[in-house]
Parts: sequence; structure tokens; C-alpha cells
Amino acid sequence: MTVTAVALDADEDRSRTGGRPDEGSKAFNRLAATCLTLFALIWLVPFAWALITSLRPDSEIAAHPTRPWSSGLSLDAYRSAWDASPIGWWYVNSFIISTLAVIFTVIVCSMAAFGLVHLKFRGRYAVFGLILAGLMLPTEALVLPQFMEFRALHLLGTYWAIILPAVALPVAVFVFHAFIKGIPIALIEAARIDGASWWRIYYQVVMPLCRPAISAVAILTFITSWNAFLWPLLVLTQTKSQTIPVGLSGLVGGAAIQYAETMASAVLGILPLLAVFLLLQRQITQGVANTGIK
Amino acid sequence: MTTSALAAPATGDGTEAPATTSERSPGDQNRAGWLFATPFLALYVLFLIGPVLIGLVISLFNTTTVKSGLGEWVGFSNYADVLSSGDFWDSMWHSVLFTLLTTPLLVLLPLLFAILASRVVRNRWFFRLAFFAPYVVPSSAVCLIFAFMYTPETGLVTNAFGWLGLTAPNFLGSTSGAWFAVVLLTLWWTFGFNFILYTAGIQEISQEVYEAASIDGAGPWQQIRSITIPLLRPTMSLVLILQVLASLKVFDQIYILLAGGPNYSTRPVIEYIYDTGFTSYRGGYAAAATMVYFVILVAVSTGWLLVRSRRTTSSGNTPAREEGAGA
Repeated sequence: MTVTAVALDADEDRSRTGGRPDEGSKAFNRLAATCLTLFALIWLVPFAWALITSLRPDSEIAAHPTRPWSSGLSLDAYRSAWDASPIGWWYVNSFIISTLAVIFTVIVCSMAAFGLVHLKFRGRYAVFGLILAGLMLPTEALVLPQFMEFRALHLLGTYWAIILPAVALPVAVFVFHAFIKGIPIALIEAARIDGASWWRIYYQVVMPLCRPAISAVAILTFITSWNAFLWPLLVLTQTKSQTIPVGLSGLVGGAAIQYAETMASAVLGILPLLAVFLLLQRQITQGVANTGIK
Repeated sequence: MTTSALAAPATGDGTEAPATTSERSPGDQNRAGWLFATPFLALYVLFLIGPVLIGLVISLFNTTTVKSGLGEWVGFSNYADVLSSGDFWDSMWHSVLFTLLTTPLLVLLPLLFAILASRVVRNRWFFRLAFFAPYVVPSSAVCLIFAFMYTPETGLVTNAFGWLGLTAPNFLGSTSGAWFAVVLLTLWWTFGFNFILYTAGIQEISQEVYEAASIDGAGPWQQIRSITIPLLRPTMSLVLILQVLASLKVFDQIYILLAGGPNYSTRPVIEYIYDTGFTSYRGGYAAAATMVYFVILVAVSTGWLLVRSRRTTSSGNTPAREEGAGA
């Protein structure tokens, strides 16, 4: 809703405890650390539980459902989960859709923001107001008319049906707008005196300096489009053309006895984005804090 | 809007003229500006504004979802049907109830934990990891894991109730159990997002304020109460509205885990629209329901904006984060 431009390299590990902590605040801080650790561990339980279950044999899960260790761990459940549903295809679909959505969103939204910041074109205040109003548009509520529109355009069942509505993202324009405004105007003036075209200024001067904004928008778009559920559920009806969230949802409530296989599918569904998160933890949390929107 | 738009080129000339080389005329900027904005505007009008207008039109016809074409003009009778439908208001109440159940938890608990985390120096990455990791998990994977943990007799949550000496409700088979199940799942899944927003808000509070307070002899509890919480007001207000809007739009968890059941007793509005539009094929009726719901959501966010702008103008200080965005 509101664009929050938090200082991009805010020092996160500064302590907030004040200058000279006395005994009282030391005890308080220790208590805080204990509470937090306890809750953080509880928060990890569902992950651990899914992982452990996926590695245990089904017979043992049935006999001792809540025993957190096992006599024999195996990856068999992963093989049968992989064979039982076209998870490979789901990965491919999710990956293509999310990647294209990121590329188009970054290009289209940064171009609009560049135009709004540096080009004094007629009507730009109206354009800015229109984008601002877009922040309040609850697009998820509009799936039915959106469906009718895409059917009329004969785009149902294609990747484009999912990518196109995701690209014009008002919050992304505001992230780029805030960032491009911070770039010293002298750089752009210098490039103009050298005779560079606006397009060259955009992609050779401004975009290379926009890295933090690009990564914030890319991360936001990738997570949102990878995890999107309702719209892909309506648009992609063929099993092989589905994305990870839609494909996996078909497994909920089915085959109640194959615990290990079901949990293996869940782990496979979690894995790609969790791996990316573990690698880019800091950038991702910073990016989410910067965009401040779901 | 129009007057300021007309004024734009003039102010542009005034400030830019000295540095502009002769061949770059305002006309050049005008053309280039529209070229840069056009891809965004085209997609925006087609796929964000378009559905609003299409929904508005369809809601006035008895369109069916199975065949193309509008069907017959029926005026406002779809709206009359929606507004007098018990099922529609039931589903609206379920979305509101979900919002009432989740918002206090998801606004206050992450605040508490973000404040506690700000007092801890070491191993912050671990809290960030544990709390935020669920947010990157797809809704259906979350539901697979929680459905397994909610299994009667053998599930982990069911057993955890037993260890505490409580009897677990029938999580997926009774209405109250279903609400508990879906609220707990949502708390686990989306907690990290608000936690990160609060953490970012806390980082903007100047360290010097705390140092001054600590020299004055303020204990940790006093510092939290009289510095952190008052200065976090703008963040709390942002988290609150984002949470209310997100909760009102609930669909994934309830649809996947419960299919709106047992017996439609948890079905949210979006699922009602989905059912009438895509299962009963009543496109015109579902479009009318969409528009009613759409207006409610827009009214909530507009109301929040009005309240916030009145508060900021009367107190005379803009929230720090927004100044940052404008700078």
C-alpha cells in the first residue's frame, strides 16, 4: 500500500540495547533471547516434521506416528512421489512463468518510473495518479471478469495468461521511482550533453545504478508469482501445464495412508524457493521490507 | 489532475533549460516520456482496469460462464439477488470472521517478537530464517503438511493437545476445529512477513534515543513502552491495513485444506464467487458479487488512507518512511 524506502544498506546487526547495559537489562535481554529461540524452534517444527516423515517407511509411521526418529531412513518416498505426479513439469512451468514475470515486470515498471522521474511529458501527473490508485486495486477479487477477458482473447491455458496480468505492478513502479529519484541528476545531464539518447541513458546509466531496486522488485515478483494459486488454478487446467502450488493442491486429502510420499511431495514443493531463500536470505528480507506489500 | 498535468512542461522548462542542449526540445521529452510509459500503461489498462469494467458490464447481464456472449440485459437484478442472498452474506461473514480472528494475532505477536529480537545481538539470522522461511512456501505445501499434522489420533497437533492434557477438536470435520486449524496455519505461514516489516521499522529508530534513555536510567521495559512502541505507530498502522486487506482476501488455505467445509461453514467470499461463477456457471451473478466485494475492499483501503492522512496533517509530522520514499 505504501512504498517504504528503508535505507538499503541499513546495518542490521546493531544492538538496540543502549550504551551501558546494567544487570537488569542484561537479564531482560537474556530472557528475550530464550523466548525467541524457543518460538523459533517451534516455528521450525512443521518443516522438520515433513522432512522426517518423508524419510520414514510408511509402516513405521502408521505404528508410531509421532516418534521423531526412525530405524531406517530412505529416499524411496521421493522416487514414488516423483513418479506419481508430473512434479518435473510443474517445476518447469513455475520456473518459466516466474522468470518471465520477473523480466517483464522489471523492464516495464523501471521504464515507466524512469519516464516519470526524468521526462517532463504532458500528462505525467495524471499517469502518476493512475498508478497510485492502482495500489488500492484488489486484483485477486477480480478473477471472474479477468477469466472472461482471457477467454475472449483465447489466452486461457497459456503461460501468457498468468504472466501478462502480473507485469503492470504499481508497487514496483514506486520502488523504482523512489530509487531513480535518488540518482544524482548530474550523471543524467552529463550523458545528455554527450548526446546520449533517452533510451541509452535509461539502460546504460540508470539501470546499472538501480541494482538494489531491481533485486527488491525481482524478489517480490518471483515469490508472488511462484506461489500464486487462484489465478493459475483457473487458467491452467491440464495436469502437465500446472504450476507447483496448483499441482500440489490436488494431493491434499487424497491417499491418506501414503504419508511418506505425500510429505515427500510437500518437501519437493518447498525446496526450490527455500533454497533460493537460504542463499539470498538478507537480500530477500531487505527486499520485502522495502516493498512492504503482499 | 488536468491542471497540474498542463503545468508540468512549464515547470520542467524552468528548471531544466540551462543544462539542456539545443537539440533536446520539450517535444522530444514529451514523445520519449510517453514511449517509456506506454508498455506499463497498456498492460495496466488492459489487465487491471479492464477486468473492473468487464465485471461491471457482465454484472448487468445474465451471462453464463460456459459459453461466450453476454446473454440478456437484466439491469440491477443480479445485484438485488446477491444482496438478498443468505449464502453471499454467510461467505462475507466468514471472510470477516477470519479477519477478526487473524488480524489481532498477526499484528500484535510479530510486534512483540520483533521488539524482543531487537534486544538480542547474536544469531539474528536464525530468527529471521525460522520466522520468514514459511512465507516462501507455497500455500498447497503448507496445507499438505498441516493436513498431516491435523490428522485425527495420529497427527502431531492432535497429539500435542493430548500432551498438554487437552482434547483436540476434530480439526477438519467440525466448524470450530476448522477455524482453529486454518488460523493456526495462517499464523505460522504469514507471521514472518509482518515480523520483517516491524524489524525494518525498529531499525529506523535512532540508536541515540535509546542511549539517552538508558543514561537517564530507563530500564528495558520503559524504553520499549515509551520509545519503541510510540515510534513504531506508522509501521503498526501499515501492518494493520495490509493484514486486514490480506485476511479479507483469504482463499488458498480455506479452499485447499477445507474446501470451504464442513458443509460450507467456512467458505470465504472469493470461494463463493468461484463456486457460483465456475461451478454453477452463473457469470453475471458472480460478477455482481465480485463488484460488491470489490467496493467493500476499496472502501476499507480508502477509509484507512483518509484516517491516516487526517492524522498526519493534524499532528504535523509525516511518517519517516514516506519521507524516505519521496527523497
